[in-house]
Amino acid sequence: MVEEIGRTADGDIIINVGPQHPATHGVLHLVITINGETIKKVEPHLGYIHRSIEKMCESLTYRQFIYVTSRMDYLSSHINNHACALCVEKALQIEVSSRAQVVRILLDELTRIASHELWWGAMAMDLGAFTPFFHAFRERETINDIMEETCGARLTMNYIVPGGIMQDIHPNFQKRIKDFIKLYKSKISEYDELVTGNIIFQNRMKGVGYLSAEDAISFGVTGPAARGSNISCDVRKIYPYEIYDQLEFVEVLETGCDSFARYMVRIREMNQSIRIIEQLVDNIPEGDFQTKTKAVLKLPKGEFYQRVETARGEFGVYIVSEGGTTPYRIKFRSPGFSNLSALDHMARGSKLGDLVAIMGTLDLVIPDIDR
Amino acid sequence: MLSFSNISKSIDTWLNATFNSTWTMLFEMVIAGVGVISLFAILGLVLVLMERRVAAWIQIRLGPNRVGPGGMLQSLADTVKLLVKEGMTPDGADKFLFNLAPFIAIIVAMLLMAPIAFAKNFQLWDMNIGVLYVTAISSIMVISILMAGWASNNKYSLMGAMRSGAQIVSYELSAGLSILAIVVLSGSLNLNDIIQSQADGWWIFKGHIPVIIAFIIFIIAVTAETNRAPFDLAEAESELTAGFHTEYSGMKFALFFLAEYINVFIVCAIGATLFLGGWMPFHIGNWESFNHIMDYIPSSMWFFSKTFFLIFLIMWFRWTFPRLRIDQLLNLEWKYLLPISMFNLLLVTAMAILGWHF
Repeated sequence: MVEEIGRTADGDIIINVGPQHPATHGVLHLVITINGETIKKVEPHLGYIHRSIEKMCESLTYRQFIYVTSRMDYLSSHINNHACALCVEKALQIEVSSRAQVVRILLDELTRIASHELWWGAMAMDLGAFTPFFHAFRERETINDIMEETCGARLTMNYIVPGGIMQDIHPNFQKRIKDFIKLYKSKISEYDELVTGNIIFQNRMKGVGYLSAEDAISFGVTGPAARGSNISCDVRKIYPYEIYDQLEFVEVLETGCDSFARYMVRIREMNQSIRIIEQLVDNIPEGDFQTKTKAVLKLPKGEFYQRVETARGEFGVYIVSEGGTTPYRIKFRSPGFSNLSALDHMARGSKLGDLVAIMGTLDLVIPDIDR
Repeated sequence: MLSFSNISKSIDTWLNATFNSTWTMLFEMVIAGVGVISLFAILGLVLVLMERRVAAWIQIRLGPNRVGPGGMLQSLADTVKLLVKEGMTPDGADKFLFNLAPFIAIIVAMLLMAPIAFAKNFQLWDMNIGVLYVTAISSIMVISILMAGWASNNKYSLMGAMRSGAQIVSYELSAGLSILAIVVLSGSLNLNDIIQSQADGWWIFKGHIPVIIAFIIFIIAVTAETNRAPFDLAEAESELTAGFHTEYSGMKFALFFLAEYINVFIVCAIGATLFLGGWMPFHIGNWESFNHIMDYIPSSMWFFSKTFFLIFLIMWFRWTFPRLRIDQLLNLEWKYLLPISMFNLLLVTAMAILGWHF
């Protein structure tokens, strides 16, 4: 444990970035050792927003614990709910109607776009450009409106229940999504004009925060951060759930291994999400939105694991059941935690300004790391 | 005629007729001081509001629109808030330097007002080394920033100050060299003479491409010198929280804030004076009637509209570009801007000697 205030034995300065700092997007505490502007060590200190969600889940039933997971990665709360419901369904072998499956995927992809859009704005803000944040929110608001109309909530959706979705979609659902696609396609070029093509931005991103494929694997980095290092790790492709195996989309891979590659992965992923939505929006099958299940769910004795691809990477739910109405133990594998562990490796030797940029490309959501 | 020069002249005549010359001098100094301070206050309010409006316009939102008609009094309300806030001095700070730094910042900004010609024959101090004076005084600004960063006893402040020191000292070179281009062309360091030399056309039109290059370098360099985005590394919000003024609050912070805006105004005023003719109306060669119509627009109007155009340009930069990294910032200056402006100065000199400009 280093001394929190002061200097190291070599005369390097130790700075506390956070827990209250504009760049950490939450209560992350980084203790960084710097020599002038050059970073020598980054040590993340966690626990400022630990709510012991895993412990809480042990006293909640299999219907209730889904709602707590919305509070973890609040930017992809819908996908978290999805993972939990899938795990319970897998354990109980509940068949989900195809209507519910399609609606779940549609909302998953909308959530992914919303999350990436917020990331895009925040990323630009980390680099000192404020305007993209507002432009990103222009499109994100439209998605939130769709969510609000159908799920009743804009951030913590809680729309998925074991066996399907909580209620049927709003009559405007399809029309609103089509409007959004039209809006998105007319605005996406602005993203490139304002940020991607900017020479200052490219200079700040290219060749910065190098993460080789081997390192990415050994740190357990998943999601867009790993795909920027050319690792094929999209759970939707490798372990398809719901009807992802029947959909046409490509797993976005970049070979740059730097911040810019991770940036481009997310930008291109938004287009792939739009592609998935376009395939499904007109083909929502008729039928029940929810399979009849027992009022109180009892999972059989055993261990169950389900993983999904959230906007940040691989999210896993691990349930140990003793056969009761509540889980014996629940463990969440959150993408942010492992992605954060690579930060020290990536930031060493770069400048202080780059630390912020690298952290931005990891797309950290602190409640997801701390749980 | 109700122009600035006439008003000042009539006040001068009246004072001379009423009092003896010593008292007249004293009164005039007081009037000038009060004038500068009130100009400061007005500029601060106007520029802050303008910045927020421009930002809102670029960021597809409305901006301040609640306090007063159309949000006009928002910056006044903010000033009152800052005035009544507690100006804290941190425990470990060097109290004397900590409290001195904002005043140096504001005094430097005030001193820089002296040679600027706001309208025809309306100037606080018509000195024959105006350009030299401006470049010399504006360098003192860095002392206040270094002082603030050092005295705060905060690592973020110190880093901001060190960055700012490296940045301002380097960018002064290319700002100075691009100013020199105009000095070479007009053959004078006096700002009034420089304005007079643009009577038949502004330098940016008369000076071919070299002057345009000098103008672009000047704008980049002064944006860096005033610590504005994309060169706002000294305060780099996402990296250093607030840089050199992290520990400042209340009116001490407000003075830094005001000094930044006043500095933006001053560098834009200098830019407008050197490259865009100051208060000189837009004249085209021998189009007599056109030039005559242009003369009807008051000279102060010309000066302020040119200055505010440049201010708008700098605000536009701020709300569009991401921030540079410190090594990229210094590379840009030492590897690109400085060699280009040196070569450019040679070109301008050759042009002036051979009389190639219009």
